Amino acid sequence: MKDTSPPVTSGLRDTELDDATLDRLLKKTWETPKGLYGWLATVDHKAIGRRYIVTAFIFFLLAGLAAVAMRLQLAVPENQLVGPDLYNQLFTMHGTTMMFLFAVPIMEAFGVYLVPLMIGTRNIAFPRLNAFSYWVYLSGGIMLWVAFALNTGADAGWFSYVPLAGPEFGVGKRSDFWAQMVTFTEVAGLAVAVEIIATIFKQRAPGMSLDRIPIFVWSMLVTSFVILFAMPAVMIASTMLILDRLVGTHFFNPAEGGDALLWQHLFWFFGHPEVYIIFIPATGFVSAIIPTFVRRPMFGHLAIVLALISIGFLSFGLWVHHMFATGLPQLGESFFTASSMAIAIPSGLQIFCWIATIWGGRPIFKTPMLFVLGFIVTFVLGGLTGVMVASVPLDLQVHDTYFVVAHFHYVLVGGAVFPLLGAVHYWYPKVTGRMMGEQLGLWSFALIFIGFNATFFPMHILGLQGMPRRVYTYMPETGWAGTNLFVSLSSSLLVAGLILFAWNAVKSLKSGAAAGDNPWDAPTLEWATSSPPRSYNFSRIPVVSHREPLWAQRQFLDVVSGLRVDARELVSGTVADAAPQLREPSVDNSIWPFLSALAVGATFIGSIFTPWAVVWGGIPIAIGLIGWFWPKGNPEDEE
Amino acid sequence: MTRLRGKALLLAAVFLAGCAPYAVLEPQGQSAGSIAGLLHLFMWVCMVIWVAVVAALAYAALKRPTPAAGSPLQSAAEFDGKANWIVGSFVALTVAILAVLTLSSYLAGKTIADITGTETVTIHVTGYQWWWDVEYEDTRPDRTIYTANELHVPVGEAVKIKLDAGDVIHSIWVPSLFGKRDLIPGQHNELTFIAEKPGVYRGQCAEFCGFQHAHMGFTIVAEPRPAFDEWRREQLAQAAIPAALEQQQGRDVFLSRGCGLCHTVRGTDAGGRVAPDLTHVASRQTLAAGTLRMTMTDLARWISDPQAIKPGTKMPKADLDERELDAVVAYVGSLK
Repeated sequence: MKDTSPPVTSGLRDTELDDATLDRLLKKTWETPKGLYGWLATVDHKAIGRRYIVTAFIFFLLAGLAAVAMRLQLAVPENQLVGPDLYNQLFTMHGTTMMFLFAVPIMEAFGVYLVPLMIGTRNIAFPRLNAFSYWVYLSGGIMLWVAFALNTGADAGWFSYVPLAGPEFGVGKRSDFWAQMVTFTEVAGLAVAVEIIATIFKQRAPGMSLDRIPIFVWSMLVTSFVILFAMPAVMIASTMLILDRLVGTHFFNPAEGGDALLWQHLFWFFGHPEVYIIFIPATGFVSAIIPTFVRRPMFGHLAIVLALISIGFLSFGLWVHHMFATGLPQLGESFFTASSMAIAIPSGLQIFCWIATIWGGRPIFKTPMLFVLGFIVTFVLGGLTGVMVASVPLDLQVHDTYFVVAHFHYVLVGGAVFPLLGAVHYWYPKVTGRMMGEQLGLWSFALIFIGFNATFFPMHILGLQGMPRRVYTYMPETGWAGTNLFVSLSSSLLVAGLILFAWNAVKSLKSGAAAGDNPWDAPTLEWATSSPPRSYNFSRIPVVSHREPLWAQRQFLDVVSGLRVDARELVSGTVADAAPQLREPSVDNSIWPFLSALAVGATFIGSIFTPWAVVWGGIPIAIGLIGWFWPKGNPEDEE
Repeated sequence: MTRLRGKALLLAAVFLAGCAPYAVLEPQGQSAGSIAGLLHLFMWVCMVIWVAVVAALAYAALKRPTPAAGSPLQSAAEFDGKANWIVGSFVALTVAILAVLTLSSYLAGKTIADITGTETVTIHVTGYQWWWDVEYEDTRPDRTIYTANELHVPVGEAVKIKLDAGDVIHSIWVPSLFGKRDLIPGQHNELTFIAEKPGVYRGQCAEFCGFQHAHMGFTIVAEPRPAFDEWRREQLAQAAIPAALEQQQGRDVFLSRGCGLCHTVRGTDAGGRVAPDLTHVASRQTLAAGTLRMTMTDLARWISDPQAIKPGTKMPKADLDERELDAVVAYVGSLK
């Protein structure tokens, strides 16, 4: 590889070093120091990615417990276990946590961990922003659940429709905590989206031109752009809600010229792409797992990439199908029926390509592959009921019933959680250096698959029988009791499967078989380094000359050299061809992102109670940011 | 025929369903009928597609594997060439099916919309937390009817419902008759429907509206035109004068204890408009927005402690002794 970077001005380069010396020096430069300070100050994308994943799974557990409480309440008619007040908080916390604190963050977390490894670079772009985003996300999640523990849990649904969540009917601080949680998670989400886009555009290993980018990386790129355009809508909406509630504006108050429906437009303009923000990375997992386990490259690689991009665009044209009952003009409704149907085309294309890949390969049925097969079976059903709710007349019957509850759990659990669990089994050896138990994996898959379908399929029937969503109880004469009891009992299978999965993950940390670099003989770059990867990811940056680099070059990979080893440096290249352009410095660990996040968190929480928090909070935030961006006198800053 | 097929479709799961009717699949009204037909079409198409996809997946995964190549990259270009055509034609088929479904959906929507403009009865419904205020409009103001939580409609005639919300967003839905339409503060919505068979249909609020969203039901009674006219005439009348002594005492308690601040009983001093009109409350089939049956026992339970039955309801617990309670129940129960 030709070195196109500027001549050496200072520092030791990796060109002439032997492997042992190189690793020793890189370790010194990139390692996170031990102890609390190091833990708080690290900007290693792997450490932050791991934290994100573990934290998101803890929120998954909490939201799951809320669901268990709901199923206990609904098991029999007119149950007195949970009253309407607590029930409304439970389903709000369940939905809010699953969407804002679990599903989106965990997809981004996998991106934070995997993207730099898959594209062959040493850290994510804007590493301090990455650290900051995690602390902001964590504070927002803790705030929401502490509020719930103090009987101030949000209770107006994860969609928080006004006027129910507005100042007149949403009394107390419950909806304020909800709205402020949105601010926290969106700040974190947008930060990660920006990092991932910059990383993928500029930091790919030399030679990884657009057509050689792994599909999972494409999926994270598309998702990040969707986040970038969708999340501002809900941030604006939640800020307007906070202003209505805190300082008496009237954005959503029809009596003062505001508009209650405006909230729904803004919310769903975010809310529908949100589903694809969760689903697109999940399809990325599937497209990463299938080739490895059927022993052949993905069929229709280009078609799948184009499908992902078109799903990203189309996802912005669907939001009105959440609002078919609000009395919009009929022509408009027909347009949104057509656009909602249209998104089935790229989704269908992906499914055909996956099946064709399996057809043309030699499947090996390890746990990740089982979850992928389970995904196709359940997701197709959820996609087809999605086609049904896209039709205006059908939607008017099934909207806000258990039919829709069934539909979106098929899409989000079948379509996203199944691939996610497959992805955990698949990349666990890379992250921890150990394999998850195959036997336990099989059992947990079986329980989760059967438990999920037995829990959620009957909900289609409940919806057609007229059972509305978000009811804390129902009367015996409705005839819904038997099905509800069956659903509640079935959910215990699902819970048992998830417990088994968690047990497998915890147990394998200590007792799993040693994994080695590439236990599945997978084709992408993250498997070219040790498991778990060292702090600097790769001793030397690989050069990519094939879409499946580890299958094309089985013995050794070409590498590029010339990076400094005494300071953090990455290779930065052109967007389309990934031709190396620069040696780009990468920042050191810093405590300031953590401190800034604390200041921002305190300001956000304070502003629930008084608008003055924004004024006084500005001071510590300014101090935090000044510390963060203060020039450190590094040689590269002075060049 | 289509109804039978719909049942066959869900046969696998029917044992779960107990005795509950498939309200959406057993339509009794023109709108719900068009939708049920459309639902059957969609369900059949989707079921066939799902079975085909799962069968293809199962075959792909379980068939005898292609012989092992030296490297995963040495896959047959021959396979990819053929698969290109197959996958391409399945995508084309998807587009065609979606086009048919979109068109049929549009046509069903048009059928439902086409009855607008032929209405013979206009009802104004306002949603409140957690009950329905009902007003039958008439060209003569003195023939306007006020009631709550129960609508009577003539069979076979188009009925228009004008929808408003008094506080938060609600949504009106009677699965057997028509799909949902939201009641939104600051926005007037309308819907038109035809009940094709006489009967009593249960409806409910379908948009989450707070504490007692679960107990915001209502009833639609569809009856032949003469019975409907008779009902309308009765509803126009002022409240019955209590005959028995206990009922008279009950009226006095009702008026002296502030019930009339929220409720109206036409013909008395009770003229509150923030709670259901009780002039003919005993002629209705349910109490507390579809929460209880209209029986003397349930009426006593409701008046003695509404918060125990419907926690959070705006109706406070009245401080009545046993005699007063019995009297009020006797009076309210006589308001036929």
